[in-house]
Amino acid sequence: MQEMMKNRAYALLENGTVDRVLGWTRGEFAYDMTPAVFRNADEVKNGFVYNDFCAANLSKYLVKECRAGGKILVFLKPCDTYSFNQLLAEHRIKRDMIYVVGIECFGKADVEKIKEMGIEGITGITAKDGIYTVSTIYGDKAIKPADVMAERCLACKSKKHVVYDELIGNEGEVVEDCNRFDMVAKLEAMTPDERYEFWRGELSRCIRCNACRNICPACTCEQCIFDNPNSGVSQKAAVNSFEENMFHIIRAFHVAGRCTDCGECSRVCPQNIPLHLLNRKFIKDVNTFYGDYQAGEDPTAKPPLGKYEKNDIEPGEAGGAKE
Amino acid sequence: MKKLSLAKLNDFFAAIAAKQALYLPVNNKVGKADFTKWTAGTEMSKALNTVRSAKDFFFPQTENLMDFKMEGKNIEVIDSREECEDFVVFGVRACDAASFAILDSVYLVDPVDSYYKNRREHGTVVTMACGKPAETCFCGTFGIDAANPAGDVTVWEVADGYMLRANTEKGEALLAATADLLEAGDEKAVEAAQAKTREIMAKLPLAGLTFDGVGVGKTKELFDRPEWKTLSESCLGCGTCTFVCPTCQCYDVRDFDTGNGIKRFRCWDSCMYSDFTLMAHGNSRNSQVERFRQRFMHKLVYYPDRNNGTFGCVGCGRCLARCPISMNIVKVAKTLGGNK
Amino acid sequence: MQDVKEFRPTIVAFCCNWCSYAGADLAGSSRLVYPADVKIIRVPCSCRVNPLFILRAFQRGADGVIMAGCHPGDCHYTSGNYFARRRMTLLFSMLDYLGIERERTRVEWISAAEGAKFAKTMNEFVATVTALGENKRLEDLRCKK
Repeated sequence: MQEMMKNRAYALLENGTVDRVLGWTRGEFAYDMTPAVFRNADEVKNGFVYNDFCAANLSKYLVKECRAGGKILVFLKPCDTYSFNQLLAEHRIKRDMIYVVGIECFGKADVEKIKEMGIEGITGITAKDGIYTVSTIYGDKAIKPADVMAERCLACKSKKHVVYDELIGNEGEVVEDCNRFDMVAKLEAMTPDERYEFWRGELSRCIRCNACRNICPACTCEQCIFDNPNSGVSQKAAVNSFEENMFHIIRAFHVAGRCTDCGECSRVCPQNIPLHLLNRKFIKDVNTFYGDYQAGEDPTAKPPLGKYEKNDIEPGEAGGAKE
Repeated sequence: MKKLSLAKLNDFFAAIAAKQALYLPVNNKVGKADFTKWTAGTEMSKALNTVRSAKDFFFPQTENLMDFKMEGKNIEVIDSREECEDFVVFGVRACDAASFAILDSVYLVDPVDSYYKNRREHGTVVTMACGKPAETCFCGTFGIDAANPAGDVTVWEVADGYMLRANTEKGEALLAATADLLEAGDEKAVEAAQAKTREIMAKLPLAGLTFDGVGVGKTKELFDRPEWKTLSESCLGCGTCTFVCPTCQCYDVRDFDTGNGIKRFRCWDSCMYSDFTLMAHGNSRNSQVERFRQRFMHKLVYYPDRNNGTFGCVGCGRCLARCPISMNIVKVAKTLGGNK
Repeated sequence: MQDVKEFRPTIVAFCCNWCSYAGADLAGSSRLVYPADVKIIRVPCSCRVNPLFILRAFQRGADGVIMAGCHPGDCHYTSGNYFARRRMTLLFSMLDYLGIERERTRVEWISAAEGAKFAKTMNEFVATVTALGENKRLEDLRCKK
């Protein structure tokens, strides 16, 4: 896969279709690839890396990169293309400055899961014939990719690219029975007290580092309300239970109907807070109350909070105890 | 050298907790370690290190400085400081223990930060030598020995218990208070444990890493390097690296309007944020390149310049493990220093 | 002697200028009784109510928050309350999901002619919130006196 991608990058740089390439570059270890922009074939040759640890969704970088002059090539996994479409729908990126190469995805690996298996002192990871060989200073270990697949990939909603200029690998299908709402449903079935305990246990770990917000492809405001000193809610690292609740409710609300469920927020959280469960609650509610809607699927669709029906459900009738 | 048998560990904790608050790494609901207050039945985590550093105990994420009440044209200033009680932090690793010296060099020099000093005076630090350092560890780069951490008391895990050594008066006092649980220990067991740790350290990928290419007097050489642009290109401008860092010491002071008065608090701040050092005229560093450069120049050049070459990093590896896009101080130092 | 105080909730009511605020006015001029615990905040349209307003009300000590606007179809700005309805539906559902008592938030459509409905709604809501007691789950301790 990596070689095919590099070859396409060389060719497209060579024939002048694109001026830059947005991809991933090698890390310090076998699993910490960093998103990077490559400006010529040499840089691609020396630095470009693609493997199962290249998890970052590159679409948000395009907000800045599509305005940096010249056309840019971007490699997008199926889930990333939904984010791309959503950004397009919101006029945050310029389509004609971007060349999208869709890449087939078999699910990404989560190095945390490898470490949780008790594998320590990792010096290298190679993939061959559907097996990862993890080299450590204590010897080699063979593991199955399925055992260390990222949580979000286990509930993958679509292997289909909703937008691309060309495709590397095969096109997949939307996964109809992806079970991604199972945990939301489980929480809904709990009593309010249990739910409260659950969320206190999760959100109380928040350190307000803003990683979830800053990685989020839907969070592209020029100035976030939580960074605006005039908003009255910009309290930086003021951490108490109210601030934690408010930040996460409002952040999830601001992306309600726009969140494509790419799962980046949960991936980057240094405290492993399952933030996707907040977003999925809104997605599930939108589906239940206003009909199935997948943000990013169709860039011309009207967002669910930007339209209404005269016979919409009343707030008092939705979920929980009724009055 | 004292020895605590494995069977008496809980009694040891109970004896300390009977007199003062005891904090130690405990696994949270997602299986990661956090410093948590000990109560009967609390089990110490086996994790190599906590997600957040131990700096919280002396430099908490938020703390109230004072309150204001207004009545008519009068403003009443209320000192809201709470009496700090004695406490013990158990299981601090060598890197975090070294970070306290860095925080001290900022907060205990004139003008002394009385909030920090107060906590420092009331805290006893019990460090624990690392048994199995991870690939992200590079404390050796800064001359820190994972097998021989600083602190008031140093603890080594051995086959049938723990070896303890007091390093300071506070440490002596702690061991004296628990003397009936301890027995005389043999140095040899510690040496064996240390040898094992050092052997692992030497095999890890970051062993032998030096920061020679950066450091004292390099401001002019490094400030305008073109690599800053490429290094910072993918930086999200979040505060993860800062907030998990044991040595980051910047804070912001803000007023919170409670509706019935003002609370002036300080909280951690990150130089990666767009509103860091925001002033009336705007911001002094307007682009992410400048902010990114500030964070690393501070740790790698400015701080060593003012502190006899000591780097503002202790090699705990938290930022290596936690950065959302995997950009970190090792990559920066290697790129700028041009060395292995 | 211990001073046992009866719990009186603080209720914040966001009322749209054109219907519900006028409804409150009518309730007043008709001398209908509703508890003084209700603090009315006039907004140009129910659509002006940002989810942050609701949370901030709780932060500053509200025990219950109610939003009142024109009946669907009667919005002074044609469709504001339809959008507000979707927003509040999702927000309230999220609060419920986080385990925050569902009964602390409410939406009611009250026209300028419905002074009686205004008084009745407020009486009901105050009774419900009084029964629930103090807001603990969405409180900000810094704002407590």
